[in-house]
Amino acid sequence: MTNGEIIRVAGPLVVARGMQGIKMYDVVLVGHERLVGEIVEVRGDRVFIQVYEETTGLGPGEPVESTGMPLSVELAPGLVGGFYDGIQRPLNRLYDASGDRISRGISLRAVDVDRKWDFTPLVEVGRQVSAGDILGVVEETALVKHRIMVPPGISGKLLRIEQGSFTVEETIAEVETADGIKQLSMLQKWPVRKIRPYREKLNPQIPLVTGQRVIDTLFPVTKGGMACIPGPFGSGKTVVQHQLAKWADADIIVYIGCGERGNEMTDVLLSFPELKDPKSGLPLMERTILIANTSDMPVAAREASVYTGITIAEYFRDMGYDVALMADSTSRWAEALREMSGRLEEMPGEEGYPAYLGSRIAEFYERAGRVVCLGTNPDGSAREGTITAIGAVSPPGGDLSEPVTQNTLRVVKVFWGLDANLAYRRHFPAINWLQSYSLYLGVIDEYLQEQGMGEFSQHRREVMALLQAESELQEIVQLVGVDALSTRDRLKLEVARLIREDFLHQNAFDEVDTYTSLTKQALMIKMILLFYREAQTALENGVKLEEILGAKVLERMARAKFIPETNLDAFAQIEAEIVQTFAGGEEVA
Amino acid sequence: MRREYKTITEVAGPLLLVEKVKGVKYGEVVTVEMPSGELRHAKVLDAQSDRALLQVFEGSWGLDVRGTKISFQEKAQTLDVSRDILGGVFNGVGEVMGDAPRIIPDQKLDINGRPINPYARDYPSEFIQTGISAIDGLNALVRGQKLPIFSGSGLPHAELAAQIARQARVLGDEAANFAVVFGAMGITFEEANYFITSFEKAGALERTVLYLNLANDPVIERISTPRVALTAAEYLAFHLGMHVLVILTDMTNYCEALREVSAARREIPGRRGYPGYMYTDLASIYERAGRIKGKPGSITLIPILTMPEDDKTHPIPDLTGYITEGQVILGRALHHKGIYPPIDVLPSLSRLKDKGIGEGKTREDHADTMNQLYAAYARGKEAAELAGILGESALSETDRIMAKFAQEFEARYIHQGVDCNRSIEETLNIGWELLALLPREELKRVHDEYIDKYLPASAS
Repeated sequence: MTNGEIIRVAGPLVVARGMQGIKMYDVVLVGHERLVGEIVEVRGDRVFIQVYEETTGLGPGEPVESTGMPLSVELAPGLVGGFYDGIQRPLNRLYDASGDRISRGISLRAVDVDRKWDFTPLVEVGRQVSAGDILGVVEETALVKHRIMVPPGISGKLLRIEQGSFTVEETIAEVETADGIKQLSMLQKWPVRKIRPYREKLNPQIPLVTGQRVIDTLFPVTKGGMACIPGPFGSGKTVVQHQLAKWADADIIVYIGCGERGNEMTDVLLSFPELKDPKSGLPLMERTILIANTSDMPVAAREASVYTGITIAEYFRDMGYDVALMADSTSRWAEALREMSGRLEEMPGEEGYPAYLGSRIAEFYERAGRVVCLGTNPDGSAREGTITAIGAVSPPGGDLSEPVTQNTLRVVKVFWGLDANLAYRRHFPAINWLQSYSLYLGVIDEYLQEQGMGEFSQHRREVMALLQAESELQEIVQLVGVDALSTRDRLKLEVARLIREDFLHQNAFDEVDTYTSLTKQALMIKMILLFYREAQTALENGVKLEEILGAKVLERMARAKFIPETNLDAFAQIEAEIVQTFAGGEEVA
Repeated sequence: MRREYKTITEVAGPLLLVEKVKGVKYGEVVTVEMPSGELRHAKVLDAQSDRALLQVFEGSWGLDVRGTKISFQEKAQTLDVSRDILGGVFNGVGEVMGDAPRIIPDQKLDINGRPINPYARDYPSEFIQTGISAIDGLNALVRGQKLPIFSGSGLPHAELAAQIARQARVLGDEAANFAVVFGAMGITFEEANYFITSFEKAGALERTVLYLNLANDPVIERISTPRVALTAAEYLAFHLGMHVLVILTDMTNYCEALREVSAARREIPGRRGYPGYMYTDLASIYERAGRIKGKPGSITLIPILTMPEDDKTHPIPDLTGYITEGQVILGRALHHKGIYPPIDVLPSLSRLKDKGIGEGKTREDHADTMNQLYAAYARGKEAAELAGILGESALSETDRIMAKFAQEFEARYIHQGVDCNRSIEETLNIGWELLALLPREELKRVHDEYIDKYLPASAS
């Protein structure tokens, strides 16, 4: 432990001197109140520290103490359902300790070290184990089996393994390594800025089903993929992120509220325990980890929060789980980088952002992906895990040419562009179908083919073509009026409207509409396209367009989104009614 | 022991550099005594071993480098609060004005406050009836929300804010525990006076606290005004258990003061010269609104800002919109049509409305009719625009109805007088009268049972 002395305080930046033998990114305790900070620059005898807590009242002459450790997170049973700040302090226990305001200089363990967990060993003594091998399991919540792994850097012969009730710090196993006998507990520590190791990276293949129709049908993301949601304020970024956190079919959700509103985190905190997982019927909170660094909390900890989040995600991925990580909003993280960079008097790049903005963003997203995990299962087989990273971006003035959006688009494969005009029309989710894209369509089509849903891929292409045609036809309408169009084109316009209003529009606050399974999505699309084909034929047979558009079945189609998942047979009836409607020829209405 | 220095070496804009100082703390308050005996206040922006950079609230006009005495107060800027602040008029840093008696403090509070642990927040969900249809019906305000008014010069934002302050009430709640904190930053005497008279007329002056930094008051002092106002509000809400409505006007002047300090410090500017940390700075103000678990009071915040050139993408409204829970936007076109309040409902939004409306809060049909009115108005506006280019004959029959609807909607729903206080029932019923203009099959966003129950009979 080396001690130094503060020589300058300017906002979250503190300069100290007299620190010997410290390393970049070491955590230091600053001032008499022992505020947590991290070394971000070393110049000769002077070190520059970004402090994760408010620095008012701090002054030159106060001591600085090094912990000799980089900023790390604690990884152990007890994480799931947790609610942390940017440097993994548990906010619920912080509340118990310091009341409704966040006080300074309080250090709390991230996981409850007094709680006992039932550890069940899965391997036997005498076996050779290495990093990542699963030793045993703890039932952390009803939804999550927490697999206890050999920490990175340790391998050797298993000398002892326990069974029974233990705290996370008690020894549960002993391994004879080349450097002597190592005692293992259920707790691992890992520096947040360092990528957790894996054996091999693979291409993502399986879609992450989110229950959101515009996403799953038109712009799907894969398990292990990366996506971004840029949009101006009020376009519904946060609602989309919340919907994904609620309904995505991942095993673990890590939700990072980075520099956003306090009430939004409260909303998640209050609503998730009430919401049930569509598969298991258990509360969604039992698979969720929340990290909140709201906009009024210290800016430097905002920078750390995304790393804290992704490290926790990597830890669960290493167990062989599908993890989905949402970061809302990565722009606030970038702004925190900019603020620190400005205070360090670094040469600015575009719009005052540091020149390394692009590489930091790329590094962050690259920690997502599908991997073969380190180590083996108890039966000797390998396992795969994925992290899907979904970042919201808040471009100033909704202008997508700004540096954070542009640097993000260079890395991510899926772009869900939110459109203020759609939001004004209360078309939610306000994902613009002409602007957005997914580069995973190829692999997802292959997957759908294997699942016998090849028709769904075909339908998606038809839908996209119709929406594209609609925008071109709209331009003509704007110029010369709707009467100038042929009836065929007018039908096209009407069907595109059906797609927009009855399919793409989805109400996050409606009990049924909030989640749509892939099967139901396929049925809904099939229904609309069946109507289109039947209507086209009818049109050719001389039926008037007005009659077609007055068809009663349209009203039923509009309400199809409210058909519960348990009653999907209803679609067969609607389809029959569509065919019936047009079979009569003249008596359409 | 107070430390005094006469070692100013540099003055630049509102900033002072003092050398050969010892034991300075970041954020500490400093008094600056001029040779004439005049006292000014300053704050430490950068504390170093032997020097400190100070920001002088009253500005550096007439400051003498040699004769001026600097003394460090060893504390952050605080505000004296007690129950007696109610009914008081204070300057922009919270000091009594004129000969009014000093406040005998019950507490001295740091004006910067401390961040609220998100775990300690209680989600705002109590509907506030403002009596204004465009807000209650379409963008409901709830207790503990921060909902700014985005306005432009010459638009009636002051009238609207004062009307909200006069009429706001929670259904089924006695209004006794209600207070208004008003923070004025750089507005004119006339505008401030409008608010004071309006509170007076409503008989609410004794439940109001005013912090005034007028246009001719020191610019840098404005940086403290919203913090002072919110500190008072926090005291009233979380110590005395009152429901406090805070009105801050005009945030544009506040941001300009922030820019002035940043420029004087030669910081790398962000967009349009505003500092890169403006988002964080504004958040430290706006996020102080809310409710806290287990405490009876609440802070509802209505900041007003004038958008330069009515431009919503200007950094001030833009960053505000990213922090606040929605926005009420005033439109010039509506104002010119003589519609009051000229609330442009399409880009306006209340993010917390969904938790505050519906059965048991307002009425079961509220959410559906709200969505339907929006959708129909948006479509009607589009149709009207198209008709403007191509003539009405180019519209389809439905679009013609929609355009007509949009017009009626503005005239009957949005428009109401400055003194018109509509109950939520009235607002919802006007909504149904308007929906009755549309063909029933267009009411796609309303559940059938509500249509059967509420749609006026004449329509079908």
